[in-house]
Amino acid sequence: MSPGTQVRVKADFPETRGPCHIRTPHYLRGRLGVVERHLGDFPNPEDLAFARPAARVPLFHVRFDQPSLWQEGAAGDALLVEIFAHWLEPV
Amino acid sequence: MTPDPAPPMIPAHDLGGASRFRCAPVDPDDDAPPDAFGQQVDALRQILARRGLMSVDELRRAIESLPEAEYHALTYYERWLRAIAMLMAEKGVVHP
Repeated sequence: MSPGTQVRVKADFPETRGPCHIRTPHYLRGRLGVVERHLGDFPNPEDLAFARPAARVPLFHVRFDQPSLWQEGAAGDALLVEIFAHWLEPV
Repeated sequence: MTPDPAPPMIPAHDLGGASRFRCAPVDPDDDAPPDAFGQQVDALRQILARRGLMSVDELRRAIESLPEAEYHALTYYERWLRAIAMLMAEKGVVHP
């Protein structure tokens, strides 16, 4: 996922399936964004949160259009959010 | 102002963009240095982490699992202490 790649955040809600630790904000699930840059690879916090062995997962800055997300703000306003690769799908 | 209920299944901490928190004043304590109580709770967290009994990711998970009413009623470091107690009970380090 190189910079400029359009991605969709998975429309998944693991919260409905039991205890979990999800760092992808709920309001971004299913939304379209654009990869800004690769921030590095980090142990998956979803596993660390339960003291399980955690594979390193790429983490990206992903840019989202803010007005369409929150129905406020000016054209061009953006939201930059850190999202792990396993939450992103190519469009 | 009493917040509306959270969307179903979304934990209380995941409140970004939630319309029920719009126009709510920002809590200035969020950025304040810890008071004596907060320092004690943080000291406890550091000792437990150094002994390998708890990680910050586990602490976050426990904080996020607090019931919504409790999450909003507790102060920042009260949430930590409540979550630390929950984790230590879960691991059998202490017995409730």
